[in-house]
Order: sequence, then structure tokens, then C-alpha cells
Amino acid sequence: MLTQRAKQVDRKPMTVLESIYLWNIVKGMGITISHLFKKKATIQYPEQKRTFSKVFRGLHVLNRDAEGRENCTACGLCAVACPAEAITMEAAERLPGEEHLYREEKYAAKYEINMLRCIFCGLCEEACPKDAIYLSQTFAPANYGRKGFIYKKEELLIPHPIKDKEAYEKALGEKAVKN
Amino acid sequence: MYLLAIDLWFILEKAILIACIIGLSFFIAMYTTYAERKVAGWLQDRHGPNRAGPFGIFQPLADGGKLFFKEEIIPLASNRILFILGPGLAMVTALVTSTVIPWGAPIVTDKGIIPLQVADVDMGILIVFSVVSVGVYGIMIGGWASNNKFSLIAAIRGASQMVSYELPMGLALIAVLFMTGSLKMSEIVANQAANGWHVIYQPLGFIIFFVCALAECNRTPFDLPEAENELNFGYHQEYSSMKLGFYLFAEYINMFISSAVMATLFFGGYDIPFVNEAAWGLEPWLLSLISFSVLMAKIAFFLFVFIWIRWTIPRFRYDQLMNLGWKKLIPLALLNMIISAAVMLWLNK
Repeated sequence: MLTQRAKQVDRKPMTVLESIYLWNIVKGMGITISHLFKKKATIQYPEQKRTFSKVFRGLHVLNRDAEGRENCTACGLCAVACPAEAITMEAAERLPGEEHLYREEKYAAKYEINMLRCIFCGLCEEACPKDAIYLSQTFAPANYGRKGFIYKKEELLIPHPIKDKEAYEKALGEKAVKN
Repeated sequence: MYLLAIDLWFILEKAILIACIIGLSFFIAMYTTYAERKVAGWLQDRHGPNRAGPFGIFQPLADGGKLFFKEEIIPLASNRILFILGPGLAMVTALVTSTVIPWGAPIVTDKGIIPLQVADVDMGILIVFSVVSVGVYGIMIGGWASNNKFSLIAAIRGASQMVSYELPMGLALIAVLFMTGSLKMSEIVANQAANGWHVIYQPLGFIIFFVCALAECNRTPFDLPEAENELNFGYHQEYSSMKLGFYLFAEYINMFISSAVMATLFFGGYDIPFVNEAAWGLEPWLLSLISFSVLMAKIAFFLFVFIWIRWTIPRFRYDQLMNLGWKKLIPLALLNMIISAAVMLWLNK
């Protein structure tokens, strides 16, 4: 007896009262009616949402600094760290006059994450030396085709913190405390 | 012209009454589906449908609309005429049973009495039983015309279930008829208003009748003809669109009517309990309205019990079903009948 939960099966023939089932049915109905008055377990999804834990790993966000410049330098450490090989990127050199767009001399011209490959392990977040990528609280939404799940840079980038302050703070969500 | 000297007002009165009762049956059946889903939700710690309109009030309309727009499929190898006839027959028999039920106290006007009953015939309750027996054909024809083995087996299962449960049902009824001495529904109600509800004198008879009513309506725990989650959906497996809707809907109407029959036979019909309503001196139409609502409240209670049972008890196995019907209920009903007969004889002496 590993679990100490083994129970002797009662194989006695049914008594007359039991064979009419009526008493047992009434007992069962008592149980179900008591559930009528219990608290409902439902979360009314679109209106109410379940709060995730602080460490929940949802969709990725590419971060900007306080002036709205992209943090990513296209070093490729996230792509190397990714066990699912979901991240693709192409680097480009920052040209003069683009200093307000990119924080350092190199930036990601193309940055794609295939959300169908991604396993949301968060290793990219850990690998990033520039605090440029992190996993947000939103989880992957539905889409009509496979193409729609390959997220481009435009979809991943966080809104501009000065030009679009409200959206930026919303996207930051829980991470706002961390930064 | 004498042949045509029919009272036109009489025809009009009955036509209006029939239209009202059919409309009422549909309305109640619609909202029983809603109540079924809602109560199912509550009993399982959920909310039930609550998206279509406030509290999901329009859910039955959405369900009905969905069924109308579904693709209509008639299997090639089916018998086309019978395939269409099946659900129609199920629906018609479900509606016809409501003819003899008294829905409220008759309205007394200075021009005459308007009974809230389509036909107060002498054979009253027997009509219900005979029409319910015809209801088996709806299932049998549907199952047979589908040309599908599973449908046919399910139809036979349903037919044999209904036939075997009609017996104890009738036997339980006979004990009630001993007390009233009449098959007339209005007299059964009047007798209960005078002498107290039959359920007090016939508790065993009522339980037997109730169990059989569950079986006749194909409700859980006796919903073997359907058994949607284990036996391939039963006799309406090949049906789609509104034909399927008719079958499902007829079942809810049956539930409504059998609740009405039970309320009338055992729970005093439209009689208001504990009071003598005739002494109030109310307007006759108001009294009729109150008695009608009392009957509806009783019906609503029975419908709730039907639903409550469905979400409590698992389905019987087929041999258990037959054992219960033939070996338990019929002897019990016979015993009940004999004892009531003996008591009646003894009391009359």
C-alpha cells in the first residue's frame, strides 16, 4: 500500500432500498442543489482577466530607452540562446543623423520572432546584454495564417515613450516597476 | 342551412384558445432549453449562457436561428417521405396532448362560461395516453427512415422503453381514477379542490407516475434513445437543421405537457392550495388568471425537478432500465392499485 488510499470494494448485493435507487437519488440531488448556492468558478474572460504571476512569460517586446531610442544592437545573443531557433535578425550600421532612433552604432534592421516556434522560455531575455528584449504579460493572440505568427519588428517594438506615452506605459505593464 | 348552423363564436373561442396554448407550449419549451442550460451551469458552479441579451435571455432565439440556417441533409438511401414525416409526427403528437388539460378556472361571463380547456371530453386523460403512445411512431419512423443501423437500434430501444413504461404509468393512474370515479380532467381537478390533492393519498402512485414520465419524455436517467455522449446520438443521428430542431423541441414540449399532466392529476391542477378562492369574490377573469398562474408555477416546479434530475443522475444501463420497469415498477404499481381499491371498498362500507 504505497498511497494508503486503497479501499476495500464493497460487493454486497444491493438491499431493497438501494435497488429502488430512490434514496440514493435523493441524496445525490441534495448534493447538486447545494452547488446552486456556491460561488461560481467562472472568470468572465474578455471583461475579467486572470492576473498572471509576476514572472509570466508572454509575447516579446523590443524595448526603447527613456528618449525613445531602440536598445537592440543586433548582437545576436538572443538568437544564439534561443533553443527553438525562433529569432532571425539582420544588423545594420547607424548612419549619421539617426542618433535619435538607435541608441548605439549598430541596430537590427530586421528582427523577426516566429511565435509558432517560440516556446516562451525567456532565455532571450536572459541573454540580452542591452535589456532590449523582454517577455510581456500578453499571450499569443489568434491569427488566420502561419504568416501572421511571424512577428516583425514593427509588431515587437514598444510604443515611443515620448510620442505615445500612454501606449508605452500600457505596454510596459508590470515591467514598469522593474525599470 | 341547418347543417351550417354552427356556433361561430364557439369556433372562434376554441381557435383563439388553441392558438394561445400552442404559442404557450412553444414559448415554454424555448425557455425550458434556456433554463436547462442555465440550471446545468449553476449546478456545476458555472454561470450558464449569459452573452445573448441580459442574462442570456435571447439564447433560445440564437439557438433556433442557428438550427434554421444549418445545412439540411436528407440521406440518399433514406425513405424521403417518412424521413420528413418523423419529426413532424413527433411535434404534432407533442402538441396534441395539451388539448384536454384544464389551464385555469373557467371564466364566467353573463353570456356564458368560457372553459380554459380546449376539449373537456369524458375520456380526458385517456386521450393523453393514447396520443403519447402514437408519439412512439415519431421515434420509430425517424429511426427507420434514416436507413442507419445505429438510428434503427436507438429507435427500437426508445420504442421498447416507452411501451414498457406506459404500463406502470397507466396502473399508477388507475389508483387515481378510483378516487375520482371519472376520466374527465375537469372532474379530477374539482375532486382535488374538494378533497385535497391526490399526492397526499397516492404518494407511491405519484412517484411511479413521475418515474414513468421521465422515461416517456426520454429524460435522464432514462435517455437511452438519445444517449448523445455514448451511443451515437440515437434515433435522430441522420437529422440536421430544423428537422433535428423539431425532434429536440418536441421533447421539451413533451416535458412541459407531462409536467402539466402531473400537476393536474396529483397536485390539484389549477387549484390554489390552502385557500378557498371562491370566497374571495374576485372578478371571474382575475380568478382565472390567478389559477392559471398557480398551475404554471406548479409546472415550472416540475420542469425544474426534471432538469435537476438530469444534472444529478447518470444514465441507466439498458438492462437496468428494463428491470426497473418490469420487475419493480409494475409490481409496485399493481400493489398500489390493489391496496387503494381495498381501502376504497372498506371506506365505502
